[in-house]
Amino acid sequence: MIKRFIALALVVAVGSVFATLLFGYTPDADLNLTARYYAERTAADLGAANIVTAIVVTYRGLDTLGEVTVLFLSASIVGLVLAKGTHAPHRTPVPVGELLTTGTRFLVPLILLLGVYVFVNGHLTPGGGFQGGAIIASGILLLLLADPLKHFSHSLISAIESLAGIFYVMIGLAGLFLAGGFLDNRILPLGTLGNLASAGAIPLIYSLIGLKVGAEFASILAALSETEEL
Amino acid sequence: MIYLLPALSGLLCFTMLVAAVVAIGGRSMSIAILAAGLVSLVASVLFLILASPDVAMTEAAIGSGLTTFLLFFVLGRVRAGEHDGEQP
Repeated sequence: MIKRFIALALVVAVGSVFATLLFGYTPDADLNLTARYYAERTAADLGAANIVTAIVVTYRGLDTLGEVTVLFLSASIVGLVLAKGTHAPHRTPVPVGELLTTGTRFLVPLILLLGVYVFVNGHLTPGGGFQGGAIIASGILLLLLADPLKHFSHSLISAIESLAGIFYVMIGLAGLFLAGGFLDNRILPLGTLGNLASAGAIPLIYSLIGLKVGAEFASILAALSETEEL
Repeated sequence: MIYLLPALSGLLCFTMLVAAVVAIGGRSMSIAILAAGLVSLVASVLFLILASPDVAMTEAAIGSGLTTFLLFFVLGRVRAGEHDGEQP
């Protein structure tokens, strides 16, 4: 009884906080100081058409490196925990429907293409490395669903992941010497606003992030799929 | 026309709430996982209406795509570990 009363009181308290936020909400008439700086200066300074990408990759590039590191750590920990599981050498193949098999053959190339498109065009259209990497990983997931016995080369996945990470940090370090600072994108010419080869190093960095994120998710999925029993 | 977008947002929020209640209170585990994925899917449409397509793409790909299937993977593993007959 007391437990229920406490739970009810908690719900009412949290609800009143959110209600205050909701009824006190007034939309801003104009952008605040930081937002106005980004909106006005991004195209001139960095040559990126997508302001969100410019913030994520260049203005707040160090945070993005941290995010990629967190993802890398979680992928490694999943691999570490699942490494103790037994790998069954001869599993009985699970019957998969004809629809899934044929659909996978048709869809997986398109999904991979969409993922690559999203991260290569990260500086022009919405999306970028994280979104593109997740789309690529969902293509890998479809492959695993259609053929649960499929074996992915772990050395290839970790090679892609490590090389992408190393090049990402090296491009960041090159910014220290050739441009304004760590992860500065102006080590390459900015080009014309809106072109595919513009915005300096942003397309390069975002493609590396896309490959890295895709490889990390793929390694998590492959480890989960191959481990038989803990 | 002016009321169209708020009405649509309200409908989506209501759908999210219903799906969340189903995810928490549903009896079947697979339906609960699907309902949790539906919450993310509707949230990504809501993000699109709120003019943040970047967040919407992340939510759709990770929240409703990968997480749902990750949970199904784990559910399959947990069920494979159970002894038959102990649990209905």
